[in-house]
Amino acid sequence: MKLTDISNDINEWFNGSGPLADIVISSRIRLARNIAGHKFLSHCSNTEKSEILKKLRDVLMPLDLGDKIFYISVDKAPTLSRHFLVERHLISRHHAFGKGPRGVVIARKEFFTAMINEEDHLRLQVLKAGCQLSQCFEQINNIDNMIEQKVDFAFSPRYGYLTACPTNLGTGVRVSVMLHLPALKMTGQIDKFFNAARDMSLAVRGLFGEGTEAASDLYQISNQVTLGISELDIISQFENTIIPEIVEYENAARNQLLSKQTDILDDKISRAMALLQNAHLISSQEALFLLSHLRLGINMHKYMGASTPAIEKLYTLCGTPKDTDKTGRLSIATINRLFMLTLPAHLQLNYGKSLDSTHRDALRAKIIRSALNQDTQQKS
Amino acid sequence: MQCQICNKNNATIHLTEIADGVRTEMHICEHCAAEQDIAVKSHIPINELLSSLLAVQPTDDELSGDSEQKLACPNCGFTLAQFRKEGVLGCPYDYEFFEKSLLPLIEKAHNGKTTHCGKLPSKASKNTKNEIEILNLRQQLQAAVKSEDYELAAKLRDKINKIEK
Repeated sequence: MKLTDISNDINEWFNGSGPLADIVISSRIRLARNIAGHKFLSHCSNTEKSEILKKLRDVLMPLDLGDKIFYISVDKAPTLSRHFLVERHLISRHHAFGKGPRGVVIARKEFFTAMINEEDHLRLQVLKAGCQLSQCFEQINNIDNMIEQKVDFAFSPRYGYLTACPTNLGTGVRVSVMLHLPALKMTGQIDKFFNAARDMSLAVRGLFGEGTEAASDLYQISNQVTLGISELDIISQFENTIIPEIVEYENAARNQLLSKQTDILDDKISRAMALLQNAHLISSQEALFLLSHLRLGINMHKYMGASTPAIEKLYTLCGTPKDTDKTGRLSIATINRLFMLTLPAHLQLNYGKSLDSTHRDALRAKIIRSALNQDTQQKS
Repeated sequence: MQCQICNKNNATIHLTEIADGVRTEMHICEHCAAEQDIAVKSHIPINELLSSLLAVQPTDDELSGDSEQKLACPNCGFTLAQFRKEGVLGCPYDYEFFEKSLLPLIEKAHNGKTTHCGKLPSKASKNTKNEIEILNLRQQLQAAVKSEDYELAAKLRDKINKIEK
């Protein structure tokens, strides 16, 4: 299995489906585990790291996950491949550019990955589209149980699963939800979200996790407390309190835009359309920023029945041929495809060689132009 | 100082949160705190903190607390100075070996909680499961004694004794 087998398409959990999909892009649950009898990685020699890697790889590869699984030696992979894996959220930056023998096991459909020798010996994650935390947990818990049949994890009756950093101690569970909050941003109320997140002891991160900026109005929220609270209680806090509250804020802001600030909304959508349809050089940052406004327009039409002049015009655009449904109109799947496939490592991997930033910006603009303009060309 | 939420009452609850190296402070009143789950939780642990600290310190805690600073883990050679630098531990045994120094940190990171309640390894022995139950019961016992509910405390004590036999 080569990375180019997956690089020309979006992954399943990024297809814009699932519960609350107009605001909740994806759900992710991660478990941190360490093998009993080994030191944590900061104190492991490369020999011990290789031993851990082999042990876990041998346990993980034969697992029956209902999907093909493949393995990548991250320390031996070319830089471009590592960037690609980060762009697809299959590994963390820390893992991509860390030290020593390490690898990742990935399910072909990308709902599951297991990073070996990241900060802990094993970091399992399950991803799903929309708000599906309970489903993520059920799946990851089953996988964790299967692994526990084969290997003993470091565990203490008092502190639970023992992790390299005390902040992951206990359940080792990190719940992350990716949210699209463009209306809160447009109406100048994004602080509402930050305050709510702070009050609920949540960490807020950008698109690619720790230390990254919030591109495309996408924010990731995650729990910080992992000890003294059960996995199910953490998840139910997200499902019953945290997510509904933030979704309500964003929906209120979308309604406000629709009822009182149509000019702002239409201006943003129209400008985004005009630039994306006509630009010949476009940076990744700018593309993400503009695609966010198209995503908002499409979702407001689909979920709220919004119909403003700009949204109507947006709907005359056609999607990429791969995404055309019955209507052939611009869909969230098209937006997601343009979003992911024009990220720098995706562009280069699909192009077959590395490109400097100007060439990338030109190629990105070309892909977006041709996707958004084809209907107009066909009509004329 | 005024409450940051209602801007009316006096702020009597002061929260400091350090996430990803960023320090944020919050000053709120009891009324607003009651409306926010987090504030209520962070308000209890002051008692919890003391009792659980006392519970885990067997002897001469001041002395050994100091000496922990200079010790290296016999298993991995890890020292607390390294932890301050890197933020990660050297081996699972460090949690036991440096318990006194780590406990306050663990408590801060987890809203005052210091005992696991969640998944147990499927292969966990009956002993481990009992141990966890006893830990949880002891916490309940402390709370019962504090609230002077001696009837409940007696029941909890009997339960603990029964498991320990």
